Amino acid sequence: MSRIVHKFTRTVPQWQPRVTPVDLQEATEEQLDALSVTPSNTKVSAYVLTLAHDVESLKVRSPLFNAIMYDPGGMSRAERELGAIGASMVNRCIYCAAVHADRHAKLEKDAAVTDELFAKGEKADLNPRNRAIFDFARKLSESPVAADEADMAKLREAGLNDEEILDLILSTSLFGWANRLMHVLGDPVREEVSA
Amino acid sequence: MTIFDSTTLSAAGITAGSATGAAAETRSNIIEATQAAEDAVLTPKDAGAFPHALRAALAARIANEAGENDLADRYLAGAGDMAGLADPSQDGETEGLAHVVAFADKAANHTREILAEDISTLQAAGVGDADIVRLCELVAFVAYQLRVVAGLRLMKGAAA
Repeated sequence: MSRIVHKFTRTVPQWQPRVTPVDLQEATEEQLDALSVTPSNTKVSAYVLTLAHDVESLKVRSPLFNAIMYDPGGMSRAERELGAIGASMVNRCIYCAAVHADRHAKLEKDAAVTDELFAKGEKADLNPRNRAIFDFARKLSESPVAADEADMAKLREAGLNDEEILDLILSTSLFGWANRLMHVLGDPVREEVSA
Repeated sequence: MTIFDSTTLSAAGITAGSATGAAAETRSNIIEATQAAEDAVLTPKDAGAFPHALRAALAARIANEAGENDLADRYLAGAGDMAGLADPSQDGETEGLAHVVAFADKAANHTREILAEDISTLQAAGVGDADIVRLCELVAFVAYQLRVVAGLRLMKGAAA
């Protein structure tokens, strides 16, 4: 038996789709191509198999995702993860928040920031730079967008340059997208350990 | 075509030669990939149950609800006879699309409140799983793009 995870955690749960994913045996050439399935690589997650239903989107989204989160220059990897976490907390995407809090903790070699965020949410005790980044990410993720000129000014006061601010806007917005797939199309679950 | 002709930078009013424009040029690959993603959700070759006009109308609706009217107008240009749905006060009943409109609104604007029942309601209304994924990609992309536009406009406003 598995149960749905409702609380923020850094321990990454399983993801259980609410729709039936594409069956690899029945996938079209275009789907196999987008899934990068080759004879030596046949392991594809349930999430990616679900997205393969819209193969045209999947094909363009993966390189975009990687560029926003991993391309060199601009904002640090860990701070981009903080943007992703801000969005995922607003949208309560438990799965996304877990994956990206885990990455943040590993990049920083320190779990203090994500511990604090998961314990206290927007009241978390953060240093001024993380505070400005998290608040901007959180407010940009609200519907409608709540970020304003004052939040932008705080980013500059905290020392962020234009390239870093752009990367924060991109990584936060990207999770406005990812959360609406992951949180909407499936549940974060954990296997019950039998006594 | 340059990145400054893309929907994202045009809707945010970012021009070449500005400080924000210079930052955007360092991420031109991302601006280009964003345009490719926009084309994939608004005008895909395989549109499934959602013709291009309906996609444009739903995108405009979400942008309007978010107060991103310039972006909404750009989407609306493709909405044809579905343009009425771009008005958030229309519920889609006239078009026989109330279930699609209600789901798109909730996924776009009240994401955290989405439940398994919201998906099973669509399935019960006859929307296939592939179309549910297509609808989510459309809504999710627009949620991304309107936030990039809103963020860029704040950046531009703050530039000296």
